[in-house]
Amino acid sequence: MVAAVQVRDVGKSFGATRALDGVSLTVGQGEFFALLGPNGAGKTTLISALGGLARADAGTLSVMGFDVRAQYRQARRSVGIVPQEIVFDPFFSVRETLAFQSGYFGMTKNGAWIDELLERLALTSKADANMRSLSGGMKRRVMVAQALVHRPPVIVLDEPTAGVDVELRQTLWKFIRELNKAGHTIVLTTHYLEEAEQLCTRIAMLKAGRLVALDTTANLLAAFSRRVLRLRLVSGSLPPGIAASAQLDPTGRHMVPIDDFSQVADVLVALKAAGAAIADMEVTEPDLEDVFLKIMRHEDAPAAGRAPP
Amino acid sequence: MSGFPTLFRKEIVRFWKVSVQTVAAPVLSALLYLLIFSHVLSGRVEAFPGVSYAQFLVPGLAMMSMLQNAFANSSSSLIQSKISGNIIFILLPPLSPLELFGAYLLASIARAAAVGAGVFIAAFLLVPVPIAHPLWAIAFGVLGSGLLGALGIIAGIWAEKFDQIAAFQNFLIMPLTFLSGVFYSIHSLPPFWLGLTHLNPFFYMIDGFRFGFFGQADVSPWLSLAIAGGAFCALSFFALQLLRSGYKLRT
Repeated sequence: MVAAVQVRDVGKSFGATRALDGVSLTVGQGEFFALLGPNGAGKTTLISALGGLARADAGTLSVMGFDVRAQYRQARRSVGIVPQEIVFDPFFSVRETLAFQSGYFGMTKNGAWIDELLERLALTSKADANMRSLSGGMKRRVMVAQALVHRPPVIVLDEPTAGVDVELRQTLWKFIRELNKAGHTIVLTTHYLEEAEQLCTRIAMLKAGRLVALDTTANLLAAFSRRVLRLRLVSGSLPPGIAASAQLDPTGRHMVPIDDFSQVADVLVALKAAGAAIADMEVTEPDLEDVFLKIMRHEDAPAAGRAPP
Repeated sequence: MSGFPTLFRKEIVRFWKVSVQTVAAPVLSALLYLLIFSHVLSGRVEAFPGVSYAQFLVPGLAMMSMLQNAFANSSSSLIQSKISGNIIFILLPPLSPLELFGAYLLASIARAAAVGAGVFIAAFLLVPVPIAHPLWAIAFGVLGSGLLGALGIIAGIWAEKFDQIAAFQNFLIMPLTFLSGVFYSIHSLPPFWLGLTHLNPFFYMIDGFRFGFFGQADVSPWLSLAIAGGAFCALSFFALQLLRSGYKLRT
């Protein structure tokens, strides 16, 4: 089966800035894929190159097997992009905006799907309102509808939930999950890592234009993050064997990394033997934020060593 | 199916929604020019035998308005889309450079036609003008507004600010139209200015257009057609190259 998105050795510079530096990745059809990284990592540049808004200096990109340069018509038909910045045409209403966008893809009789999009994104009551009169969140929904109006097999969302209220976020993800179940490939960038962790099965992390991690969410969590037993003592102290690996969290609790729950019993036994009494404790699961920070910090380490004083 | 018809229609709807500003205002300006100049100068100038000054003025004013509005249409649409950022909505769909060019060009011609028709309808009530060769008039009307539409596309792609579009209008298009023989027959000019006018492509468009009405012109309509046509082809080619290269549109 042809890859939904294929990126091979893509490089892109803006003046002296290397926005993308030899990035390669493949997103399979039907995947829910996250593209993560700090600001300026190159996520938006990569998405722009995919949609033909930017041109890669090196390497190739394809969508559903269509090269974004040589076969731009098929490639652009295959992808719907929700840009990060809120933009709109103040001349038109919501429905006009969607009808025009559909027409640009050659789909002039698309009213039923447009009505469905309006319904699903809770825009029906605003269908005939001018774009100017909409709130930021509403405009964002229209942009999502614009990206979906030609029913692209691949949907790319560049920080779709930035500055968006909880209700819309949930409506949006519910809809996107359904589209994913129906076979659409989803590529998403976000700064809300819990969103990526809940939604995406695979994650790529970019830093300074380079790919620094690419794996399933489960593998990344397992490899870079561990469960932590957090406990507060009423009396006594941690025995040396445990204290060696423990740290204090911001609330003053001891954090003891554990690999599985059976180790909890070992810790408790050791504490009892040392005469320490526990005030409270909990086991926290690994999370993506932890993974993200570790990978980004790890990537910093060699560079920091070389940095001038 | 191609996205071209939709983009063309969108560009038409865009200017038509604000037609008071984009059509009615230039028609009114042209009529004011007609009233004032024909009042001040009538009887003192006869450009062609048997053609009054007011009659002489009507096609020139109409063409001037058409040229200015053809430029304004494509350039302002592009610069507005670029500055507001919504240009991405036409860059993301599978529209080819030729489709983009064609849609903006034809919309410019359509706006010029609306303005030109407005000027004629209103002017005819005041000053009836003969139409000797309608096909010549149409040919120059379409070619002239096409040329300015293409120039507007180039300016719209190149410019980064509204001021730069305004500079195009004030320092290029205004002088070229005002010095092209809209208000006078160039045979009344001193030799230096006459020579200079022959270097002005706008002169040929207006002179050829006028030939369509009076059957008389300062130069042969075939020469005017060749020059206007050549300039149109050159600018169109250049505009298409800019669109193909993605210059200032795709990073």
